[in-house]
Amino acid sequence: MTIHKGRGFACINYPIGMNLGGDPSQALVHSTPDGKFKVALSAIDLGQGMKSVTRQLAAETLGVPVEDVYVDTADSDTGPHDMGSFASRGTHRVGNAVIQASREARGLLLEAAAEELEVNASDLETDGKGNINVKGAPSRSIAVAETAIAAQFKQGRTISGRGIFLIPTSDVDPETGEMTPVSCFAHAAVVVDLQVDDETGEVEVLEINSAYEVGRALNPKMVEQQLIGGAWMGVSHALYETTEPYYPNRDHGPTDFNQYLMPGPGEVVNHNIAVLERPAEDAPYGGKGPGEMCANPLLPGVANAVYNAVGVRVDALPITPEKILRGIQAIGGARPQGMR
Amino acid sequence: MAKTPVQFTLNGTHRAHFVDGGANLLDVLRREVGDLSPKYGCGQGTCGTCTVLINGEPHLSCLTLAESVEGKSLETTSGMANGPDLHPLQRIFMESFAAQCGYCTPGMLMAAKALLAGNPNPTREEVIEGISGNICRCTGYEPIIDAILQAAVELRSGRVA
Repeated sequence: MTIHKGRGFACINYPIGMNLGGDPSQALVHSTPDGKFKVALSAIDLGQGMKSVTRQLAAETLGVPVEDVYVDTADSDTGPHDMGSFASRGTHRVGNAVIQASREARGLLLEAAAEELEVNASDLETDGKGNINVKGAPSRSIAVAETAIAAQFKQGRTISGRGIFLIPTSDVDPETGEMTPVSCFAHAAVVVDLQVDDETGEVEVLEINSAYEVGRALNPKMVEQQLIGGAWMGVSHALYETTEPYYPNRDHGPTDFNQYLMPGPGEVVNHNIAVLERPAEDAPYGGKGPGEMCANPLLPGVANAVYNAVGVRVDALPITPEKILRGIQAIGGARPQGMR
Repeated sequence: MAKTPVQFTLNGTHRAHFVDGGANLLDVLRREVGDLSPKYGCGQGTCGTCTVLINGEPHLSCLTLAESVEGKSLETTSGMANGPDLHPLQRIFMESFAAQCGYCTPGMLMAAKALLAGNPNPTREEVIEGISGNICRCTGYEPIIDAILQAAVELRSGRVA
């Protein structure tokens, strides 16, 4: 029995969102009479933090404290249309819609404030703390809450905004076959270190090092968290998880959770992440969002590391001990890459 | 089918319920008692999100017969906070991003609470062992392990209740 160490590298060019039907997301923003803002979305937060990020984007654009914004994703029946939370599209598509809606609402907020202060709306600025000031004359000021009350009960107008983000249609050039299906790419590179036992075929991941380029990290702590968790999900797909272990033969598939293999807390390894920020032009404040990309490169990374360790190229996931042992048998013994 | 009376305490409050023979504790807590904090995950004792404490010990409520908790003391995550003050474990889970979708969180908190009650100064390996019956799909476990270790430090220092 010999333990072979291996290192695998993989990188990814990840298209944010999809192009189907323009991939639209809508957002509606309105103020309540007490000067808080509601953002209505039909995209759902599955735990990746979309509610927090869209809340930040709305607060930043409106110029109000983040505490004064509530994001409502409760009902896709009554909310504005959205394609959904998938394809890593939340931050980019929904975020852009939220910014557009918040800009319109901000314009109406400043108009209402201008009427109260008897100044021109273009002379007003928000302080981000719940006040609207006359530029250069901060003593001439009105609270956002007062403005909302005036708009509701005196001026008879709403402070609200509509937003939609739609990808322009990209046709295929009949001459060259070229098209531009995606406007925003994120990137990553990962290095996976692992070891393979050539007697049992077992793989133990030792360490992960990675660099992820996600545009501006709108919520850095949440980005880091999603990268750590998502990368581990990638390792899990590479080595453990399947509903059809002998695909296309459906025998031996798990029938319930008891037979579905997933790594537990004992398998977790150290993962060093470098987050790189290269803001995209059409991204909300430059943020592309990590999304699925945190998991994807780990799969080829693990496959390459196994090849590096024992010379077996497994081309069907997951990379199980059985596949590795059959591979070792086929090549007449483990052949670490440096020794061929 | 005849119902069986069962009396127990839940987070310090005395409860009495009539339960169906063979009903599991998770169903009774969620449907009869109305405590929705223990979650239904796999329903077969694999995922750990239904974990509750029975006389201080972690148990999978989906595999526990409701009748068997007669006279016992039950704890769930809904009893962890003291009024508006979160339990240190809850607060540090929140601050450390130890929850993403949140579905495993009640079970993780219960497992962590039981662990720290019996072992206030656990090693990293002991924390991993302590939550090894609980599956998390989002976080990659690291933030959860870190949060439990940090809560252990705070609880030992006595700075918090």
